[in-house]
Amino acid sequence: MLINTKKNHQLSEQQVTDESVYYGRRELLKKLGYLGAGSLLAQSASTNAGALDFFSSKEAEVFKRQALKFAPAGESLQILTPEAKISSHNNFYEFGTGKSDPVENAQGFKVNPWQLSISGEVDKPYTLGYDDLFKHFPLEERIYRLRCVEAWSMVIPWVGFGLAELIKKAAPNSRAKYVAFETLYDPEQMPGQKSRMGGGVQYPYVEGLRIDEAMNPLTFMSVGLYGKTLPAQNGAPIRLVVPWKYGFKSIKSIVGIKLVEHKPPTTWNILADREYGFYANVNPAVDHPRWSQASERRITTGGLFARNRIATLPFNGYGEEVAHLYKNMDLRKHY
Amino acid sequence: MQTRATGVSKEALKAVLLRNRVMLLKIAIHLLAFLPLFVLYFLAFTEQLGADPVEEVIHFTGMGAFNLLLISLLVTPVAKKYRQGYLLQIRRLVGLYSFTYAMFHLLNFLAFEVQFDLTLFFDEIIDRPYITVGMAALMILFSLAITSITALRRKMGTKWQKLHNGVYLAVLLIALHFFWSVKSDIVEPMIYFTMAVLLLILRKDKIKRWFKSS
Repeated sequence: MLINTKKNHQLSEQQVTDESVYYGRRELLKKLGYLGAGSLLAQSASTNAGALDFFSSKEAEVFKRQALKFAPAGESLQILTPEAKISSHNNFYEFGTGKSDPVENAQGFKVNPWQLSISGEVDKPYTLGYDDLFKHFPLEERIYRLRCVEAWSMVIPWVGFGLAELIKKAAPNSRAKYVAFETLYDPEQMPGQKSRMGGGVQYPYVEGLRIDEAMNPLTFMSVGLYGKTLPAQNGAPIRLVVPWKYGFKSIKSIVGIKLVEHKPPTTWNILADREYGFYANVNPAVDHPRWSQASERRITTGGLFARNRIATLPFNGYGEEVAHLYKNMDLRKHY
Repeated sequence: MQTRATGVSKEALKAVLLRNRVMLLKIAIHLLAFLPLFVLYFLAFTEQLGADPVEEVIHFTGMGAFNLLLISLLVTPVAKKYRQGYLLQIRRLVGLYSFTYAMFHLLNFLAFEVQFDLTLFFDEIIDRPYITVGMAALMILFSLAITSITALRRKMGTKWQKLHNGVYLAVLLIALHFFWSVKSDIVEPMIYFTMAVLLLILRKDKIKRWFKSS
């Protein structure tokens, strides 16, 4: 595995800041945000934020997370992104298109009961309930780099199990060439879905992998991070993590996994075919039409002055494990 | 006696306020435009601006510049419609603040996004249409800001107005810059684009004349 070694340095003040304080401070700016606007519209989609909150003490509902039992990963050679940042900087348009919308709007998200069905071209379709997600497969911790298509990245200690284990249990047949994933569709809980085209996206969010990509040992189903069940805004109760692809492939809050014969549609590809391909492998040589993918800003402990722009690696540095999957493919064409 | 005394002082106060209304408005503009910028950077420098302060400062200053420019373009129509000529005296200040925000917007991009990688900086300006367009708009605002100095304005004569008509092009370029910069949610850029176009429609006679004469 290719690893960017970085010397550890002292904790920044932010790491030791209490989470609620950390989130609360941003509210101040929002209140001053009449010039930064934008927030005005972002708030119309939210259920609990508004300018008038300035004068009322809002009783905040907090999404509950439980500690998990798992096989821990070894010491990370890379600086981990602090938990407060992982859980406050999210692209999860179902809860709003701003980066801080999900943490604000997802606190009341109900994940128990949950149903995840594994179906399609399989001999033994089955369904997992909420508790099954944490019991059916032995849980382990994996520290992966997450590279967003927007050219920022994080290092995240996920907890979960291999997608291959989940698929094998369903005994796929020979027609199973692709795997299609689907996020929960519940506009009552997910304000971003209220208009069928919230954030320009058609819901429910769908994603897909080729079967060999899905069976690769790196491909991971995450049910937790930093030792606890997932925060709602990170895709509770269960999400996909494909570390060598751009983050939008790692679909959140999954209710359906279907083995299929033909390449399934994928949300961002439907939206802008020229900008987001089916494969979406991290590739510094192929730019997004509107920005460079050659480098990225690694979000870890530093703030505004962090010198955190680093070179982006092919397959996000996981080439040894996955490059063979694309041996005879033109990755400029199949971006 | 009591009531008469307060009556007099109220009138006096009103007169003072009226006489100084331009100055008072300017003070209000300084506070309303400068304070958010100050708070923004205070929060950013002290690591209180969320997981990615870079995105936050870029977006805030960009939207601030656009909002201020729209406000500056609203001044003349409002002053005409409600016959409040003195309002024209605040136009320059609002415009200059718009330019200030736009400069911070660019500096944020240079210092915190590309982190002084000048090759990347210039490549992005040339290769990415939305950044090219934004840069063009900033150049226009820069030329307007420089020539807003009274002495220069006098010196330029009729050329000054011609140059400053460039603001209409700038506002459209900024609307386009915003439109192209978002990933998928085009509702907000559409609203902004509509506002920009409406402000231009209010000046349709002037723009028509401008096209005819040139």
